[in-house]
Amino acid sequence: MLDAVREVQATQAGDLAVRWNCKAGKCGSCSAEVNGIPRLMCMTRLDGLPTGEPVTVGPMRSFPLIRDLVTDVSFNYEKAAGIPSFQPVPAGADGKRRMYQEDVERIQEFHRCIECFLCQNTCHVVRDHADLRPHYSGPRSFVRIAALEMHPLDAGDRLPLLKDGAGIGLCNVTKCCTEVCPEQIRITDNAIIPLKERVADRYYDPIAAFLRCFKRTP
Amino acid sequence: MSEANITAHESDVLVVGAGGAGLRAAIEAAATGARTTLLCKSLLGKAHTVMAESGIAAALGNVHGEDAWQAHFRDTMLGGGSMNDWRMARLLAQEAPGRVLELEAWGAVFDRTPEGLIRQQDAGGHRYARLAHAGDRTGVEIMRTLQQRAVQLGIEVHMECSVQQLLTRGGRISGALALRRATGQFAHFRSNAVVLATGGGGRAWKVSSNSQEHTGDGVNLALQAGAALTDMEFVQFHPTCMTGPGSAQGTLVSEAVRGAGGVLRNAEGRRFMFDYIPERLRGETAPTETEADDWYATRQDRRRPPELLPADVVTRAIDAEVRAGRGFKNGGVHLDIATRRSSDEIRRLLPSTCRRFALLAGLDITREPIEVAPACHYSIGGVRVEAETAATSVPGLYAAGEVAAGVHGASRLGGNSLADLLVFGRRAGMHAALHALGTEPPAKVSAGESKDVARIVRLVEAPLGRSKGENPYLLQRELQECMQAHVGVFRTRSGLEQARDKIARLRRRAAKISAAGPRLYNPAWHLALDLESMLAFAQATTLAALAREESRGCHAREDFPAPSAEFGATSIVLRSSLEGLRMTREAVNAMPEEFRKLMVPDELKQFFEEQSTWVRTKSTSGSGAATPAAGNSKVTG
Repeated sequence: MLDAVREVQATQAGDLAVRWNCKAGKCGSCSAEVNGIPRLMCMTRLDGLPTGEPVTVGPMRSFPLIRDLVTDVSFNYEKAAGIPSFQPVPAGADGKRRMYQEDVERIQEFHRCIECFLCQNTCHVVRDHADLRPHYSGPRSFVRIAALEMHPLDAGDRLPLLKDGAGIGLCNVTKCCTEVCPEQIRITDNAIIPLKERVADRYYDPIAAFLRCFKRTP
Repeated sequence: MSEANITAHESDVLVVGAGGAGLRAAIEAAATGARTTLLCKSLLGKAHTVMAESGIAAALGNVHGEDAWQAHFRDTMLGGGSMNDWRMARLLAQEAPGRVLELEAWGAVFDRTPEGLIRQQDAGGHRYARLAHAGDRTGVEIMRTLQQRAVQLGIEVHMECSVQQLLTRGGRISGALALRRATGQFAHFRSNAVVLATGGGGRAWKVSSNSQEHTGDGVNLALQAGAALTDMEFVQFHPTCMTGPGSAQGTLVSEAVRGAGGVLRNAEGRRFMFDYIPERLRGETAPTETEADDWYATRQDRRRPPELLPADVVTRAIDAEVRAGRGFKNGGVHLDIATRRSSDEIRRLLPSTCRRFALLAGLDITREPIEVAPACHYSIGGVRVEAETAATSVPGLYAAGEVAAGVHGASRLGGNSLADLLVFGRRAGMHAALHALGTEPPAKVSAGESKDVARIVRLVEAPLGRSKGENPYLLQRELQECMQAHVGVFRTRSGLEQARDKIARLRRRAAKISAAGPRLYNPAWHLALDLESMLAFAQATTLAALAREESRGCHAREDFPAPSAEFGATSIVLRSSLEGLRMTREAVNAMPEEFRKLMVPDELKQFFEEQSTWVRTKSTSGSGAATPAAGNSKVTG
């Protein structure tokens, strides 16, 4: 698909606006909607699309259009800047940091993210509820927060952000983000649901709330 | 466009480029106390660094306790054919472990050893398993970590903002003029120090593993500002890249496929690498298929298969086979893992390679061989810098990462580029900050500078105003074809001269490019501007390749197939002058005795061996087309 767009650009419409960098599915620049489906153009083969009918390619619809296939994705960068960063626990007595492979495999899945923003583009909350955007960060942010919260050596706490500013409660778990992820990160199952559980445990667990009443009494 | 539409910005340090080196430089400059601004040509986080797969070389000693910086230094110098700036190679080896551990403290998660430490894997040319890695996506891991660190520090970032020219005042750096791609407006950044971290120039070649950003911008900006280039002739080609379809051509096929048992075969079905074992590596390379296959089972106490010879040797062997008419239809040879390992094993060992081939080429590598050929991969040469400070010859101008020259010598070891980004990115950021903080803040814009800015704006806008003229896309294709044909894996005087003349003609035609269309995100306009850099990069590479009349590292001259002692001690240095590029030959800094002692005498000798480093070493049923005329093998000296 990207080749086709670039050929049109080279021979017919030099100013056709499109972002691309690596042409190998690693940079996440060429996100678009091909026949209405959000995907990376470089990883979409034309021979995999139905023949005999026109192929449509359009910009990601959830973000403001700059021109042609290029959109203003600054929403995603603003949300990223609001996430409290990694806070390491002190290194071991020998100055080394130890983590075990089985403990980091889950967050390594999250670290595969190439920030193509297809999940953000597809998410119903981002797409259909502009009014909620100030209070909702979207699946990419949840993946990032999950990577930090589940990091064996992180001492930070992002649950207050998740509950309020990032609005994880607004996600209604339709798994559309997972479906479009080109890195096949299981966003809903592995990141969002465990985070929802953590938020629920802290803020909405009736038994814990009951016990907290007693803790407060001196 | 009137000047009123140019936005003005001021900082102490301006970093141009937001890949690994640029981000690391910006982080260090900010940490040193400088107001720091970071410019990236694409969106933040999309730089070519994300494409690095294998890992970052650092003598942590987590897998082999006996590894130490001295061994990493030795391997780097050996790989570079002694052309490295030895001081840079030393700093690289000494500081890489610290840079890797620092990434871990910033949240990076590398694969682990059973003891819970950072796992390290093997790579060609490294004596010990030394590459810290995060699966086969180490570049992404490093980029995200640095990106998030930079955001955390509150560094000012301008995305899709490409620098058109560096500004100087009295011979010192005073800032840069940049074009904002999204709006087509200009931005004037004033700062007393600029760090160039713009990457290489691989997009000037037709078959390239490089991201589209690698258009040689930093080399062009540095030349215009008066800085010197060196080692431009050393362009590394990766031996095994996809040959198609479409733009999948050039996509890297990792060395891991060969490491897992994949072998190279020509169209005659011959496992041809046995014909290309260099004399110096005969002792450690298996001479027969049986012995080579044994190695995969034990990996110890056996001689290695010839498919795992140094990258330059494999690159030249594949290129020679194809040129001798023993290639397949897309101009490559077969890399066969399908008949060598079970489907399950292949899927387990090479998950991302399997997936990429299925998606990009519709090919099941567990059932069919892959057609591969070399592709332009890494620009070893670039802007000449001081080892300790990353300073160029222009006061206030620094360079780090692929745009800078020196650390890799005549050929680069896998894993050393990621180490290079961090070690010298940090040094560049720190010294740029110290320089800027030690000078007066940028003064009011002088009349001379305003005039300069207006002149640059006019030049940059010119292609937009031409309704008829050359098509930038087609001009780029002509340049890419030319570089591929004449400044590729093998070079000859006549080919290089043709390329030189062609580039001169293309430069004249580039002055008449039309990029008619709107200001707003107009890629034809962006390409027209990038072409200037690509042409400058191509010209410098071609002239330097013409001058180096020997074969060394990744520079292979068919007419001069042997290394020469004279050139082994000489760097080709280029500077801009009124008449075009001016070339000088300068002596490579000699290593002091204490460092020479780290090298084994036999190894030192191989730098100067008279035997050709690349000719086909064994005659077979095929023609001897790969062997050049013997009469030319001794020259200069």
